[in-house]
Amino acid sequence: MPRINFRSTVLGSTALAVGVLLSSAAFAEDVTLTIESWRNDDLPIWQEKIIPAFEKANPGIKVVFSPTAPTEYNAALNTKLDAGTAGDLITCRPFDASLELFKKGHLTSVNDIAGMDTFNAVAKSAWSTDDGATTFCVPMASVIHGFIYNKDAFAKVGVEVPKTEEEFFAALDKIKKEGTYVPMAMGTADQWEAATMGYQNIGPNYWHGEDGRKALIAGKEKLTDADWVAPYQTLARWADYLGDGFKAQTYPDSQNMFALGRAAIYPAGSWDISVFNTQAEFKMGAFYPPVKKDGDTCYISDHADIAMGANAKSAHPEETKKFLAWLTSADFADIYANSLPGFFSLSSHEVKLQDPLAQEFVNWRGACKTTIRSTYQILSRGTPNLENETWGASANVINGSETPEVAAKRLQDGLDSWYKPAP
Amino acid sequence: MSQVPIFRMRRAVVHGLLGGYTLIAILPVLLIIMNSFKDRKAIFNHPLSPPGPASFSLIGYETVLKQGDFLAYFQNSLIVTIGSLFFILLFGAMASFALTEYRFRGNVFIGLFLALGVMVPIRLGTIAILEMMAKSGLVNSLFALILVYTAQGLPLACFVLSEFMRTVSADLKNAGRVDGLSEYVVFFRLVLPLVRPAMATVAIFSMIPIWNDLWFPLILAPSEATKTITLGTQVFIGQFVTNWNAVLAALTLSLTPALVLYLIFSRQLIRGLTAGAVK
Amino acid sequence: MSEPVHIRRPRRWHIAVFLAPALAVYTTLMVIPLVETLRLSLFTEQDQVRSFVGLGNFITLFGDPRWAQAFWNALLNNIEFFSIHMAVQNPVGIALAALLSVPRLRGRAAYRTTLFMPTMLSFVVIGFIWKLILSPLWGVTPSIMAAIGLKSLFGPWLGQEDTALIAVSLVSVWQYIGIPMMLIYAALLSIPEEVIEAAECDGVVGVAQFWKIKLPLILPAIGLISVLTFVANFNAFDLIYVSQGALAGPNFATDILGTFLYRTFFGHQLQLGDQHMGATIATVMFLIILSVVAFYLLVIQRRMRRYEF
Repeated sequence: MPRINFRSTVLGSTALAVGVLLSSAAFAEDVTLTIESWRNDDLPIWQEKIIPAFEKANPGIKVVFSPTAPTEYNAALNTKLDAGTAGDLITCRPFDASLELFKKGHLTSVNDIAGMDTFNAVAKSAWSTDDGATTFCVPMASVIHGFIYNKDAFAKVGVEVPKTEEEFFAALDKIKKEGTYVPMAMGTADQWEAATMGYQNIGPNYWHGEDGRKALIAGKEKLTDADWVAPYQTLARWADYLGDGFKAQTYPDSQNMFALGRAAIYPAGSWDISVFNTQAEFKMGAFYPPVKKDGDTCYISDHADIAMGANAKSAHPEETKKFLAWLTSADFADIYANSLPGFFSLSSHEVKLQDPLAQEFVNWRGACKTTIRSTYQILSRGTPNLENETWGASANVINGSETPEVAAKRLQDGLDSWYKPAP
Repeated sequence: MSQVPIFRMRRAVVHGLLGGYTLIAILPVLLIIMNSFKDRKAIFNHPLSPPGPASFSLIGYETVLKQGDFLAYFQNSLIVTIGSLFFILLFGAMASFALTEYRFRGNVFIGLFLALGVMVPIRLGTIAILEMMAKSGLVNSLFALILVYTAQGLPLACFVLSEFMRTVSADLKNAGRVDGLSEYVVFFRLVLPLVRPAMATVAIFSMIPIWNDLWFPLILAPSEATKTITLGTQVFIGQFVTNWNAVLAALTLSLTPALVLYLIFSRQLIRGLTAGAVK
Repeated sequence: MSEPVHIRRPRRWHIAVFLAPALAVYTTLMVIPLVETLRLSLFTEQDQVRSFVGLGNFITLFGDPRWAQAFWNALLNNIEFFSIHMAVQNPVGIALAALLSVPRLRGRAAYRTTLFMPTMLSFVVIGFIWKLILSPLWGVTPSIMAAIGLKSLFGPWLGQEDTALIAVSLVSVWQYIGIPMMLIYAALLSIPEEVIEAAECDGVVGVAQFWKIKLPLILPAIGLISVLTFVANFNAFDLIYVSQGALAGPNFATDILGTFLYRTFFGHQLQLGDQHMGATIATVMFLIILSVVAFYLLVIQRRMRRYEF
């Protein structure tokens, strides 16, 4: 008897599911575009702000934002593209991951999209062919690294915002001694946190931003040079100032640790701003990576991070193009930058930022020279992959399981095994 | 000397050991459920205390329920799991019967052929599977998942069921044949009821990976209408990873239906697992 | 064979009918896609052009120090992962089953139900739950350990190279313990009454009865569980992926063949997926599992059959 009941339940739910499928097919008059993205954090903002703004301006086109968790995004997207089932609009990772998609014919050129001239060559470089002739994604935003600090904590302990590395470590010592706060909230469990918030954050000051990055690509500098080992040496010193058990501390743990007011300093990506805005109950400030000596030029990582391209197999190429063109508009730049503080527009439109912390980050563009992450362009094309290796090396150096020199040598050897700089 | 005190002591030890491990098995889950009903401060500052009037909060559930339809996800998971199990058991039992009952050319080969599937994760065939589904228009349908899970479950089903089919007495089957029953009737009426315990074992073994799978729902059926509960949970956790109220609420919402379902059916399930033994 | 063969000789269509559905579904959705993939291990691709390289990829995997190092690391970790399962999951599972089968035990059903429960939870949930519980930030484990006076023994287990693999293996054991427990429990119950009664007449009771009488009788079940555990462990991926990420940190200390394969096949972050090397690793995994299962079926299981009642 129970079996029959059970079966009828299943039948009922199957019928229900079929019904759901049919009813969604009934709206076929409107063209629906699907966006593939790894930004699942931004889902509500897309649903509530960005998409309604676009749909209002473009009646007849519906847009669905369909994010995948960042860790699965590349694998899932590539699989769907190969099988021809991916969405119309593809959110592009910078550099080689997207270049490969273009080379395979999955992405179309966006050269002819109206409004592409609002982006300068540097902004476009992350999504262009090596010769710069074709751009295949419309740049959306960059992210800036630096440090966010708890103003209340600094006031309580009595430390000033550090300008130089010496002041930075003196401040950390003082916070540690005082004992109320964990000096710095970062963990090594997720590895990328150590590499991105640590190495790529402070590194540009040592390798002099673009100069060093380009010299590395040209083969004129090596990862074993003093300027490239130095950031690892500094990172290794951080271990003393991180929370108990930082080896098992994940990125969300670090965010929580800072947002709960338990830590004084947080090595940040600008995208963290929106998380802290909603959760932190104290005043926050930000400072850029401290320089070696007072008066040195400061360098910051202002990394082209996110763009959007068109799936070559989209059934609605015209509507897809319309959407991409809208991404170049001042409207979009404003909505995006202000609803996601910490993602900074790459276009030439003047955007007035309402968030003071985000504004602080942007101000550094005037004070410091900007660069992008050292491992992203060209150097992560082969195996072993320099970016992955950098994650491991940064975590190992902080954990103390590898010395900076050994780690640097391992990275350079790995790079040498496949990369031959253009003569 | 009376045996009673020794007997009592032994009982106490048995209960002590079983009770101890039971705690290990359920405490982690209770901890999550308990904390999902607390406010943010209480979660972090007093993780081990149950929610009190001061710390009680449903804010996590409000966040989660605003965002997605857990009931629908759950229903999808249920349809996929039950559909797949039905086909795995039916097709698996039929094939194992053929392989163990009859001698024919290719018998050993087909047996080995089916067993091979136990050894490679089907995930590796994803691209070809996805292409196939795309061509037949099954992408974003629950049926696609059912097909894949059926294929994935068959090797183990045949492996285990064959072992059991061999133990069914030949006399019984031959008696049926002498009475003029067809091979189909022999299978469905005589053999199938006898291997029910084995079917229950196969059902549990196959059910767990299907219910828990993240990969194929992500690739084959990621649409809102076809999302399974595992995929839904994963999306949520990714989205609210620093908002522990929401994370704990999402975890609780995702594990509760499975637990309720399990508690309802656990007696049948465990009886099935051990039925052959009780006789 | 005692059955008269000639009776069923003519036109045995039913065999085909019995086999067809399983073979059709299995072949189309599993075998063909997998063969497609494994075939790729013999090819390589440069600038969108695919070319045949024979065993070249295998030579790279075992010959190139970087690939070889990563492969052996993953294999050794996988063996450790499996050993921990065998050393903890099976003995504890057997012990729990033995305790559960104590005659006239009160609350048996409740114990059975709760002990099997973790097995029903998904990796996503389990990986996350244990990450939270072991998290140094949340402090659940440190406060529990402080309560029993062991606080000094606490460490960030999931983040230390020498403890991470053990910690993850134990979480996996925690999840799956219900399966060996139930299978052994069923095997214990199926031991004929007469055998037990005969033992009791000889004065063999309690623990001694378990070791001398029951254990030898449930050996086939233990064998089956061991081989299923082996297959599952060498295909494992999800739990480590969910709790330690695709790079299986710290410093690849928890990298097993499944995660190594996933990372290679589908790529990771800036690393592009390499289907050809991925397929090569998959082929090697396939051969490893195949040889162990074949060994079990042909050598161990045959020997064990003799003891069956």
